[in-house]
Amino acid sequence: MNNAIYRRRRMVNAFNMGASMMTMAFGLFWLAWILWTLFEMGLSGISLDVFTKITPPPGSEGGLANAIYGSVLMTFFGTLIGTPIGILAGVYLAEFGSRGWLAPATRFINDILLSAPSIVIGLFIYEVYVVTVGHFSGWAGSFALSLLVIPVVVRTTENMLRLVPNSLREAAIALGAPQWKVILFVTLRSAKAGVLTGILLAVARISGETAPLLFTALNNQFMSLNMNQPMANLPIVIFQFAMSPYEDWHRLAWAGSLLITLSVLTLNILARWFGGRKNQSH
Amino acid sequence: MNPQNTKLQVKNLNFYYGNFHALKNINMEIEPKKVTAFIGPSGCGKSTLLRTFNRMFELYPGMRAEGEILMDGKNILDRDIDINLLRAKVGMVFQKPTPFPMSIHDNITFGVRLYEKLSRAEMDDRVEWALRKAALWDEVKDKLRQSGNSLSGGQQQRLCIARAVAAKPEVLLLDEPTSALDPISTAHIEELIHELKEDYTIAIVTHNMQQAARVSDFTAYMYLGEMIEFGETDSIFTTPKKKATEDYITGKFG
Amino acid sequence: MDKYQNTSSLRHQRMLDSLFRGVTRFFAFLVLALLVGILLSLLVGAMPSIRHFGFGFFTSTAWDPVAADFGAVVAIYGTLATATIALLIGVPVSFGIALFLTELCPVWLKRPLGIAIELLAGIPSIIYGMWGLFVFAPKFGDHVQPWLLEHLGDIPGVGFLFQGAPMGIGIFTAGLILAIMVIPFIASVMRDVFEIVPPMLKESAYGLGATTWEVVRNVVLPYTKTGVVGGIMLGLGRALGETMAVTFVIGNSSNFAIGLFEPGNSIASTLANEFAEASGELYLASLIELGLILFFITFVVLACSKLLLLRLKKQEGLQH
Repeated sequence: MNNAIYRRRRMVNAFNMGASMMTMAFGLFWLAWILWTLFEMGLSGISLDVFTKITPPPGSEGGLANAIYGSVLMTFFGTLIGTPIGILAGVYLAEFGSRGWLAPATRFINDILLSAPSIVIGLFIYEVYVVTVGHFSGWAGSFALSLLVIPVVVRTTENMLRLVPNSLREAAIALGAPQWKVILFVTLRSAKAGVLTGILLAVARISGETAPLLFTALNNQFMSLNMNQPMANLPIVIFQFAMSPYEDWHRLAWAGSLLITLSVLTLNILARWFGGRKNQSH
Repeated sequence: MNPQNTKLQVKNLNFYYGNFHALKNINMEIEPKKVTAFIGPSGCGKSTLLRTFNRMFELYPGMRAEGEILMDGKNILDRDIDINLLRAKVGMVFQKPTPFPMSIHDNITFGVRLYEKLSRAEMDDRVEWALRKAALWDEVKDKLRQSGNSLSGGQQQRLCIARAVAAKPEVLLLDEPTSALDPISTAHIEELIHELKEDYTIAIVTHNMQQAARVSDFTAYMYLGEMIEFGETDSIFTTPKKKATEDYITGKFG
Repeated sequence: MDKYQNTSSLRHQRMLDSLFRGVTRFFAFLVLALLVGILLSLLVGAMPSIRHFGFGFFTSTAWDPVAADFGAVVAIYGTLATATIALLIGVPVSFGIALFLTELCPVWLKRPLGIAIELLAGIPSIIYGMWGLFVFAPKFGDHVQPWLLEHLGDIPGVGFLFQGAPMGIGIFTAGLILAIMVIPFIASVMRDVFEIVPPMLKESAYGLGATTWEVVRNVVLPYTKTGVVGGIMLGLGRALGETMAVTFVIGNSSNFAIGLFEPGNSIASTLANEFAEASGELYLASLIELGLILFFITFVVLACSKLLLLRLKKQEGLQH
C-alpha cells in the first residue's frame, strides 16, 4: 500500500466534503437573510390599515385592501378555471394514455409549460384576450393565472392516479361499473388527497406571480371588484411601490411582500403536509 | 488458538439494527485460504454477519456492532482502524452484478488506482492478471474499452470478482454471488471459487445448500441471528450435531 | 335475467363512457393546443417587426422607441449573460447541496434541510427582486464590487467583463440573484437523481476502499450524468425566463455594454418595464418578437432537459 497516495486521497475527500457542507450553509445563509429582511422590514409596516384602506397616493395614509382583494379574487378564479381542465387532462394521461401519440406528446409539452416563462403567458393572454376585448381586466389576469395552474394540476393528478393500485380499478370494473363511474367515484376519490396537494401547490405558485399580470390585470388605484375592469393586485402594487422613490410606499411594499411570502410558504407547507400524510398511509 | 490457523476471529459479536437484535453473541474462526460458507433461512443474519467483516453496515444509520472481530490479531471493529484501508484488504462481491458505469478496463483499475501507482504497462498486466483469475480474459480481451454494462449477467459478475481480486485483497466476501445467475454462469463462478481459495480467504453467503456443500471447507448454519452449528462442511452435511441443522439441510424446514 | 337484457341501459352507459373519454381527451389536447396557440399568437403579434427589421433584429443594438428603431442584441445579451452567471455559481453550489443531502447529512436533518431548500424555491420572485434592490445591491456595491473591479478588472482576457461603476445593480447582480433562485431547482433534481443510484453499486465502490468523494465522482456522477445535465438545463430554463427578480436589479438600460457591472436589460425585464406603456405598432411588435425569442430559447432548453431526464429514467428501467 502506498501511503502517500492514500494521504492525498483522504485530503481530497476531506476538502470536498468540507466544500459540500459550505455550499449547504451558503444556501441556508441566503434563505435566512431574505426571511430576516422580510420580517424586519415587513412587520413594522403591517397594521390594521393595510387590510382596510386602499392604496394611497404618495405622502398620505393608506393600505393594501384593494390589492389584497384583487389578488384573492383573481387567484380564486384562476384556480377555479384551471383546476377542472387540469384534472380532466390528467385523468386522460393516467387512465387512457397508454396508447397513441396524444398522451406522450401532452405529457412532454405539459412539463415544458410547467417551467415556461410566465411573462410569455401574459403576452399570450394580452394578444388573444386583452386586444380582443380592448382593455385590461381582472378576467384577463385570472385567465393568465389559470394557464399557470393547468400544468401543475395535470402533473400531480396524473402522478397521483398512477399511485392508485390497479386492483382497485379491477375490483370496481368486476362489479360491472362503467369506466367513467370507476374513474370519477373510485380512482379519483382514492387519489383525492394527492390531487388536493397539487391544487394547493398551484395556488401557492400563482399567488406570488407578478409577470403574467403586468399586461393583463394591470393595476387599479381604487377598490374595484369588477372583473371586467383593470384590477389591483399585490404583486404589481409591490412592484410599483418598490420602484418608486417614496418611503411610505416602500413600507407598504415590504408589508405586502411579507403577506405574500407568508401565504405562499403556508400553502407550500400545507401541501407538503397533505402529501406527506398521503404517503404515510401507503 | 493458533494465529497461523485463523484469518478472522469473531468474538462475542452482537449486532443491532435500531432496537432489533440481529446477531446474537457470535463466536467463530475463519481459516486462511479456505472457503467458509454461511447458510440459513432468509433473515437469519448471514448477510449481516458478512457485512460486519468490512464494516459495510456503517454506511447506514442506526446499525451498530459490539464485540470483536480480529483480523490477523487486530480488532477491525476498533474505531482506530481506517475503514478504507480495511475495505481495501477485504474485497466484496454482491448478490447482483454491479459493474461501474465505465469501461471494463476502468472497472478493474478503479480499485487498483486507489492505493497503487502503476505504470501503464504494469496496469495493463494487472488487468490481464485479474481477468484471467476471474476466467474472463478470453471473453473480453478484445473489448476492454467497452462499457461493463455490455456484458452478460454471468460475465458481469465475473468482472466484479476480477475487480475485487485486482486490488489484491486478503479476504474475499461473496454475498450470494450466484443468486441472480443462470445455472451455467453459476457453475463458472463455483469453479472460480475453487481456484481463488489458493490465494484468498473466502467467506460466502448462499441460500443454496448444494452450493455450500460443493464449494466450502467449513459451513456455518445460522438461524434467527444465532450461530446454530459451525464446523467442517463434510461433517455438517453428513453428521450434523444439532437437530435444527439436520432439519434444515434435509429440507424438513426452511 | 331482465336486468341483463336491458340493452338500452347498456348502450346508455357505453355512450357515457365514450363521452367521458372524449371530454378528457379534449382537455389533454387543449394543453397541447395551448403551446401551439402561444407560438402562433406571438408570431402574429410580432409580424410587423419581423417584416420591418428581418434578420437585422438579431444584430442591431438599437432600442429607440422615439425613432422606432429596435434590435434584440441588448436584451439577448442581458438574458444570456445573467443566465450564464447564474449557472456558473448555481451549479457547483447545487451539486454540493445535493451531495450533502444524499451522502453526508444525518438522517434527522435530511427532512428539515430538504424543506428549507424547497422554501427557497417557494419564495416569490418579486421578493428576491425587492430584497436584491434594497438590501443586497447596496452592500454588494459598497463592499464587494470595488474589490472585484480592482482585482479582476485588469486580468487580460476576462478583465473587460469586470468593468462598470460599483453601483450595486447591473447584469452581474442580476446573475447572482438568479443563481440563488435556481439553486433549489437544480439541487432538488440532483438530489432526486442521486438517490436512484442502486445502494449495491455504491457499496461495491466503498467495498474497494473508495472514499465518499471517489464514490460520488466515479460512480454516482457517471451513473446519473444525463439526469444531472437535465437538472442543470431545467435551472437554465428558469433563469432565462425569470422576470421580476431580474427587473429590479439589472438596471434597465437599453444601451449596449459588455461590462458585467454595467446596467443592462434582459428580454423579460424589457417586457416587464415597457410593454404595458408601449405605443406604436412597431414598438409593440418588437417587444412581442422579443417574447417569441425568449419562448423559443426556453422551449429548446426545457425540451432538452426533459429528454435527458427521460433517457435516465429509461436507462434505470432497463437495469432492473
